[in-house]
Amino acid sequence: MIQISHVDKWYGSFQALKDCTTLIDKGEVVVVCGPSGSGKSTLIKCVNALEPFQEGEIVVDGIKVNDRKTDLPKLRARIGMVFQHFELFPHLRVVDNLCLAQEKVLRRGHDEAMAKAASLLDRVGLNAHAQKYPAELSGGQQQRVAIARALAMDPIAMLFDEPTSALDPEMISEVLDVMVDLARDGMTMMVVTHEMGFARKVAHRVIFMDQGEIVEDAPKEEFFGKPRSERAQKFLAKILSH
Amino acid sequence: MFETFDFDVIRRSLPYLFFDGMTFTLTLTALAAAGGLVFGTLIALLRLSRLPVLSQVAALYVDLIRSLPLVLVIFWFYFLVPYIGQWLTGASRPVRVGAFTSSLVTFVMFEAAYFSEIMRAGIQSISKGQPAAAQALGLTYSQTMRYVVLPQAFRNMLPVLLTQTIVLFQDTSLVYVLSIPDFLGAASKVAQRDGRLVEMYLFAALVYFTISCIASFGVRRLQARIAVVR
Repeated sequence: MIQISHVDKWYGSFQALKDCTTLIDKGEVVVVCGPSGSGKSTLIKCVNALEPFQEGEIVVDGIKVNDRKTDLPKLRARIGMVFQHFELFPHLRVVDNLCLAQEKVLRRGHDEAMAKAASLLDRVGLNAHAQKYPAELSGGQQQRVAIARALAMDPIAMLFDEPTSALDPEMISEVLDVMVDLARDGMTMMVVTHEMGFARKVAHRVIFMDQGEIVEDAPKEEFFGKPRSERAQKFLAKILSH
Repeated sequence: MFETFDFDVIRRSLPYLFFDGMTFTLTLTALAAAGGLVFGTLIALLRLSRLPVLSQVAALYVDLIRSLPLVLVIFWFYFLVPYIGQWLTGASRPVRVGAFTSSLVTFVMFEAAYFSEIMRAGIQSISKGQPAAAQALGLTYSQTMRYVVLPQAFRNMLPVLLTQTIVLFQDTSLVYVLSIPDFLGAASKVAQRDGRLVEMYLFAALVYFTISCIASFGVRRLQARIAVVR
């Protein structure tokens, strides 16, 4: 489904990604972790071409991302993305946040878009807030709206860029619950997160990155059992010691 | 000291001052502000373009306009436009352009330069995550601007845009150099006809002052309300 092969990316002379290669199958949930600055956010932003890269190639559902001929808006419409800082549109009501791209990109009629929005808001438990503005919601609620907004496009895969890092601790679980449900429904997911509990629960595979490299790419049991690399062992020891 | 003044001249000329003069002034202000906003937004988008050619052309335009005295351009444009029109259409004689059209074009050009700087600041005030989120949903560049970035930029900058419009309202009085009867022009005509310069100019100043003051007050209240909503 998502094929990343030998991707290199530079910011000027700084190499942010070094020869990254991995494959994510349909229905697979892959957690990407690593210390900050390791390139994990950059890597998933390359998947829907929000970040350009210089070498290598990424193919999503048979479509090459880094091809000049690729219709990027069309491709992005099929890949859902959830951001660390939610990025709901503050000037639109919650329901209009969910309808905008359905109507302007997928050309759905207003009634159809509204029905879809209502059913997704119901799914994330926020139907009562449909007419509010994002600023009136808590962080956890905003992030659930952001997930619903991405799902409204009927994506073939979902990318999560540290979805719980900007949340207060008591709101993290309400977002993770939605993501767990999504994973159990068979959604293809690539999740950058430090939530190892989430990884243990639903991930099939864990990718560990450090300094722009994929250091470890192993099935969950193997990764948590005994990571092969010393760097991953150290990282796990640090984040699991408390 | 007022016994030599005749303030009744104001009362007698009120219909002319307001129905002709003020109507013209307000029409010119509204049209120039609307045109300036549209073209200013386009120039701001060019200025922020990733293509260096486009951003440099836009920057050059803004710098050029801002380094010229407005009154000079109004004057100059009035005499030049007929010849530009002739050159563009290939007509045999200069194209007749009314003083209103000519002054409107001048003001739109000027306000576009000023509004573009305001809109540029407004666009830059939106966090980069907003266009990224819009693009991640599949919106194209123009849809991202139209539905996500520009509405927010416009809202953030509304008080500044309105303040600039109040300045524009005062600046429209410069069309008097073309002998157009805007509010000041009308007052000036009556003043010279009846030899009542002091009375008429005092009254004109009072009217500009009152309108601008009330408008500024309105903008401040609006600003406070926007601040609460955010």
